[in-house]
Amino acid sequence: MIVFTRRTWHKNVVIKPAELDPSEWVERYGDYLFRYAMLRLRDRSASEDLVQETFLAALKDRGSFSGGSSEATWLVGILKHKIADHYRHQAREAPLEDGDLREQSDPYPFDGLGHWVSGPADWGGNPADRYREKKFLDQFTKCLSGLSPNHANAFTLREIEGEDTRTICKVLNVSETNLWVILHRARMQLRQCLETRWFNRNTGKGS
Amino acid sequence: MMLTCKDVTRLISESMDRSLPLRKRIGMRVHLLICKFCARYERQLLQIRDLVRQLVAAEESPGDPYGETLSEEARERIGKSLQQR
Repeated sequence: MIVFTRRTWHKNVVIKPAELDPSEWVERYGDYLFRYAMLRLRDRSASEDLVQETFLAALKDRGSFSGGSSEATWLVGILKHKIADHYRHQAREAPLEDGDLREQSDPYPFDGLGHWVSGPADWGGNPADRYREKKFLDQFTKCLSGLSPNHANAFTLREIEGEDTRTICKVLNVSETNLWVILHRARMQLRQCLETRWFNRNTGKGS
Repeated sequence: MMLTCKDVTRLISESMDRSLPLRKRIGMRVHLLICKFCARYERQLLQIRDLVRQLVAAEESPGDPYGETLSEEARERIGKSLQQR
């Protein structure tokens, strides 16, 4: 315990002044934090606002920087909290509607008996390296933005943030059963959208 | 016990979020053995999951070559707000 205290003292006194340099923050981390927020919020002005709020909170809270992590990691940690608050706020503003849970998409892929009307297309090989193409990011963001806010936020928390369902239920204020339905709907629509906008064109299998 | 493709797509998604009860899991697996479209659907959802993870990893490494950047206006505004403190 004494050792820990001494180490903390040591970091506060010696490392912190050398590491924290707010005058360089915007230049050094502005774009990085902005991209981080954009991928999760899909909204330019909301993302810019959160980056600004992150820097201001960091400035005010400089004392909490322990030097135990890098400046970038510390700033992202603050941004993460802001993003979660944003989701909570959105969930309060636009609560779950019946439409969010309805088994419907356009075009609806199943017939009355629950069989595929037109099944998923062959994407041709493993698309594992496609993410490197800038266009994939664009199309993915567009497809995600096309979902309803509840669907998009649930998908983002699950697949981008990697949160477990219980945590997501708390943030979005939905039951676990409803969350499974929402994620199912989100994945189905996103798959359909990526197939149309991305894979068909790339595999040349578009009709 | 006979699951439709519509049921199975729902179970595929659910299985990505929790471990399914045995009965459901077996029903889904049996269906996937005989249904080409549902098997493909599952494969593609897992590929999307994988793509998204790689995308996130690439986006989060500083100095990423692509992606959006702050607008000049926002950069200036944020810089000023920091100086005022």
